[in-house]
Amino acid sequence: MAAELHVELVAADRSVWSGEATLVVARTTSGDIGVMPGHQPLLGVLESGPVTIRTSGGGTVVAAVHGGFISFADDKLSLLAEIAELSDEIDVQRAERALERAKSEADDASAERRADVRLRAVAAR
Amino acid sequence: MGAQLRVYKRRIKSVTATKKITKAMEMIAASRVVKAQRKVAASTPYATELTRAVTAVGTGSNTKHPLTTEAETATRTAVLLLTSDRGLAGAFNSNAIKAAEQLTARLEAEGKEVDTYIVGRRGLAHYNFRERKVVESWSGFTDEPTYADAKKVAAPLIEAIEKETAEGGVDELHIVYTEFVSMMTQTAIDGRLLPLSLEEVAEEKPAKGEILPLYDFEPSAEDVLDALLPRYVESRIYNALLQSAASKHAATRRAMKSATDNAGDLINSLSRLANAARQAEITQEISEIVGGTAALADATAGSDK
Repeated sequence: MAAELHVELVAADRSVWSGEATLVVARTTSGDIGVMPGHQPLLGVLESGPVTIRTSGGGTVVAAVHGGFISFADDKLSLLAEIAELSDEIDVQRAERALERAKSEADDASAERRADVRLRAVAAR
Repeated sequence: MGAQLRVYKRRIKSVTATKKITKAMEMIAASRVVKAQRKVAASTPYATELTRAVTAVGTGSNTKHPLTTEAETATRTAVLLLTSDRGLAGAFNSNAIKAAEQLTARLEAEGKEVDTYIVGRRGLAHYNFRERKVVESWSGFTDEPTYADAKKVAAPLIEAIEKETAEGGVDELHIVYTEFVSMMTQTAIDGRLLPLSLEEVAEEKPAKGEILPLYDFEPSAEDVLDALLPRYVESRIYNALLQSAASKHAATRRAMKSATDNAGDLINSLSRLANAARQAEITQEISEIVGGTAALADATAGSDK
């Protein structure tokens, strides 16, 4: 049995997902980073983007994360985000509508990015 | 029915209606306290993890940041006061306002200028009535604050603290809110949010004796701290908003419970008075009848002679 790391994905107002995983891939400001058990202690700033968690059961959990932090120490990994959603929770049609609306209103770049991240997370599922 | 009795009956009816309303408000508040408490609990993991991260950066690097360095002579401070939009909560708002005023007096005694920021219509009304200056105020979300609300409140405060004092920025940030201790106890407390003293943060950490690992910072310790501290302030404000909301509902529940109890007592004493009035009326009627019959009997006896 491969080593495992414990993952806590928490949003500001709730705990989104927690469990054991073998690999976590997230996007920091300086590029994608993959964390496996035994990684060096790490604290990074996350970009908006999908986070992929390969669970120890062999499944894959994808979540859309909008800003936040990743911190890893002692085989415990925490992903902190102001807003985080699991890909199963995302309403694709709503996200698509939001993306179109955000595109037509050129000034709303953050809404566009949010909708885009949601759709990418669903696509990566 | 006599006039007196009618008046009592009418008052009993009106107090009964009031009692029904206060009872309903008590029950609504009770259910909202539970909901608010759940929200406080749900926000805890984020706050703890964030505190851990801040402690890690603070102890793991010698980074200097405007949010952690103390100005040698603080000349201007910001005070954020959390009140509620609606009253009917006993002394909830006045306690918070009193605490804020004490803090303001203390800071002014230290020779600092105080900028006041207010959340909640009640606090704002109090300050406006006294024509005191309020830099910025927010209202409309105190019953169920969301994280977006906390961000909205935190943004100008963080901006003010990052600005130079000479340009109208502030050196310190204090927050006054009502801490939810238990269903029965809520206390208005004040605390300094910024500049952050990392020793204090470290003390708050529950697991004592845990050695923090040497973190690798991505992209760099400064950048991480830059991104981390505003989030930390937001999360603290969010937590304070949630606690304040829970406290407000608990205070409302208590106030409405005593209002219901008082209405019950009032109904009791009014029904006693109404009973006495009815009895007096009956007694009077009887004595009138008896008196009438006696007079009639006397008259008949007289005419017989």
